[in-house]
Amino acid sequence: MATTTAPIAAVHEQSYSPSGLWSWITTVDHKRIGVLYGVTAFIFFLIGGLEAVLMRIQLMRPGNEFVSPDFFNQLFTMHGTTMIFLGVMPLSASFFNFVVPLQIGARDVAFPRLNAFSYWVFLLGGIFLNLSFFLGGAPDVGWFGYSNLTSKQYSPGHGVDFWAVGLQILGVASLAAAFNFIVTIINMRAPGMKLMRMPVFTWMTLVTSFLMILAFPVITIALVFLLFDRFTGTNFFMASAGADPVLWQHLFWLFGHPEVYILILPAMGIISEVLPTFSRKPLFGYPVVVYSGIFIGFMGWGVWSHHMFSVGLGPIADSFFALTTMLIAIPTGVKIFNWIATIWGGRIEFKTAMLFAIGFISMFIMGGLSGFMHASPPSDLQQSDTYFIVAHIHYVLFGGSIMGIFAGIYYWFPKITGRYLGEGLGKAHFWLTLVTMNVTFFPMHFVGLLGMPRRVYTYAPNMGFNEMNLMSTVGAFGLAFATLIFVANVLRSRTHGAPAPADPWGAPTLEFAIASPPPVYNFGSLPTVHGLDPLWSKEAKDIIQQVNTVKGHIHMPPSSYWPAVSALGMTMLMSGIVFGWWVGIPGLVLMLVGFYSWSFEPCH
Amino acid sequence: MAAPDRGAKWLRLCALLLGLLPLVLLLGCTLEQYPQSAMHPRSDYAIWLQDLLEGLVFWVVLIFVLVEGALIVAVIRFRARPGMPDPKPVHGHTGLEIAWTIAPALILAAVAVPTVATVFKTQSKAPAGALQVEVIGHQWWWEFRYPEYQITTANELHVPVGRTVSVSLATADVIHSFWFPAMGGKRDVVPARTNHMWFTPNSTGEFPGQCAELCGISHANMRMKLFVRTPEEFDAWVVAQRAGPAEPDTLSTEARGKQVFMTAGCVACHTINGVSNGVLGPNLTHVGGRSTIAAALFDNTPHELGKWIADPPARKPGTSMLKLPMSPDQLADLVAYLTSLK
Repeated sequence: MATTTAPIAAVHEQSYSPSGLWSWITTVDHKRIGVLYGVTAFIFFLIGGLEAVLMRIQLMRPGNEFVSPDFFNQLFTMHGTTMIFLGVMPLSASFFNFVVPLQIGARDVAFPRLNAFSYWVFLLGGIFLNLSFFLGGAPDVGWFGYSNLTSKQYSPGHGVDFWAVGLQILGVASLAAAFNFIVTIINMRAPGMKLMRMPVFTWMTLVTSFLMILAFPVITIALVFLLFDRFTGTNFFMASAGADPVLWQHLFWLFGHPEVYILILPAMGIISEVLPTFSRKPLFGYPVVVYSGIFIGFMGWGVWSHHMFSVGLGPIADSFFALTTMLIAIPTGVKIFNWIATIWGGRIEFKTAMLFAIGFISMFIMGGLSGFMHASPPSDLQQSDTYFIVAHIHYVLFGGSIMGIFAGIYYWFPKITGRYLGEGLGKAHFWLTLVTMNVTFFPMHFVGLLGMPRRVYTYAPNMGFNEMNLMSTVGAFGLAFATLIFVANVLRSRTHGAPAPADPWGAPTLEFAIASPPPVYNFGSLPTVHGLDPLWSKEAKDIIQQVNTVKGHIHMPPSSYWPAVSALGMTMLMSGIVFGWWVGIPGLVLMLVGFYSWSFEPCH
Repeated sequence: MAAPDRGAKWLRLCALLLGLLPLVLLLGCTLEQYPQSAMHPRSDYAIWLQDLLEGLVFWVVLIFVLVEGALIVAVIRFRARPGMPDPKPVHGHTGLEIAWTIAPALILAAVAVPTVATVFKTQSKAPAGALQVEVIGHQWWWEFRYPEYQITTANELHVPVGRTVSVSLATADVIHSFWFPAMGGKRDVVPARTNHMWFTPNSTGEFPGQCAELCGISHANMRMKLFVRTPEEFDAWVVAQRAGPAEPDTLSTEARGKQVFMTAGCVACHTINGVSNGVLGPNLTHVGGRSTIAAALFDNTPHELGKWIADPPARKPGTSMLKLPMSPDQLADLVAYLTSLK
């Protein structure tokens, strides 16, 4: 390895040489965009976490007056919206960006400038949504925004407008990114990289991208209806005009349930990479894990009304959605069994990435089982809209998605930066996270079963909720502290971490054949793949030789500021719905200029 | 290999105990400690749900112990140690895949059958002779009507033990969700629809409930109370409710309070049978007989009632009940009048 890394380091210095703010604004390099996604999303994740801590302080004791009821409603609405749309989804997108082209042996994504555009739209959309805190109040109707509470009559302020327009803006970013990754994965695989030779993370990216392009139009339509109702007096959801507000719930959850899988499938992909590497053993049942992921993606479309068992859709609908929901537990269970079988018989090294991957499995099992408990509608009627569900979603989304994402960060950080993340701080981060997430969320199962509804800013002192709420609050502070350890670890390791070689873990996938960090063109010449786990195959030496040898001239797309300009124009255009024509019209002009210039920009 | 095996056994035992912990915790607590508990059923409906849940908990704990146990055993047994040989590169096993697809499918079938049966049983038509109650959700209080007795009341629901209560649910504004955990599952109160549920209380007592669907700023303050009475007590309550409001003696404090009620603006929103006809707020004909006020937020004492009327928005954010200009004397008179409306 020593002989190949030295010349590559030299190429790398040169290829990364454009530095400074401007180079980040104009970059179209999937790796740098991946880093931008990751850093931005993590900052939003911290904001969402701060919102959670404020809520936990308010609920620390009954009748507390730490925040006002109105602000509390803003907090839980923005916490949910932020964690889903600005935290977990873009953190996953960060890995799509950085890892997928490297895993399939490509030089970049199919549409590098569209990729930059997605990022800038996401950033500006997130800023727009959070501006609402300073411009008359954030949305306060829950992340699910049930009609008719969102109508002008019951929500006269601008919070709902910020929410609806913000989600539309973010939807554009998600759709553009999803199309980009589908085209990239279908078209840009290295020679020999057949679909069933793709790493599972790439597979889950593909499935997730299909879910995004199918799910986001549904919420887009629902939000357009809502905006028409609020701004032009139409009656899509107005019961007083004969409409059925339950239509919103169907549209929202028809998007919202696939969205749940958009949040979890990438994390499942990540741990399917991490577990084999640190077990020194290939993934058990690769095709079954892949097909389970695809099956979950399909079935995710047939379960949405399990969010609506209390609406009164009738026994036939309730039974149907109960059965489909139970059915989707099978492929999920199969995945878990295959992961355990992967580490069974292996030689497990407990690096921090591996700890988080094992943490994912153990916590996701709990989230899955509590989910199984409210797949049964009669049982759900006692659990729906209580803290039991809050516990469930946090075991799935924190214990699942976030643990998976942390596993991914520890796993790919050396690849991204050329330095290891500190293992000591990493292990402190893991153990504190594991313990405090259980301190925070485990009591919520009980406080929910004992009758505490969700989304209440206060509760009576004589209900028996006091001790368990206090425990959750203590846990939340622990989680916040654990996250700060992680931040410190990243800041320190960026400059002081141990230097990482090309393949820091002895991993089997292509991204570990090239230098850490990779040169701007990724692969000196494209590898030829002969099977799964190329770096564990007998051709590994040839592949490493091949990808680290530059043959002929490599053409990379030049940087461009038009994606950022277009994104700014589009965000201004859409935010004009809230701010007025004086923002919208300049935005439209800027967007058209941006798209025009982008189209005719020379790419040499 | 002996040492890790023993460790694995210990861990399995721990996992088992951890799995049983929830059951132990829930069995150990009482409805007195946790009055709004969904785990202490006091009606046929709630018991059916509880039976189903117990079956689910059995499977969930079993699966939890087996799968987490397998994970823990794997992690301990196969941890890297010096001198360990390279693992065998096993790629899969068709038989295992089939087995762990079929096993969960069988468990699901075992749960699905009672689930569907309970869904249909609990959503069937209420038995004949049920007590009809119309529930209307308002931001942020509950209106209860008994068409059989022509009674309208608010926030406190009285029913006799042993007789089925058939509830119809409607809303005056946004979506709410009607939930007395001791009586069974919640049911949403949705605009442009009328939902139904029924339950037969099996023991007397007082049970708290509250709105379970986010309905605006005071969602947390939309509470209610259920009084399950003996049939005799219930009949006496009905007779009292059907009577007209108490009429104060002339020149008494209560009479002055009635005058305040008539002139200060209360009549615009509140009905006292034979006195006023407002419909935006709760019917107050027998407000003095209730144990709580403001959607079961405060005890119905003259002190609390006075504080509530003096500044409703301060005590229940967002409420449409206005802070009416009133002197302390007028307020005291009004409280005396309302308290007299037993």
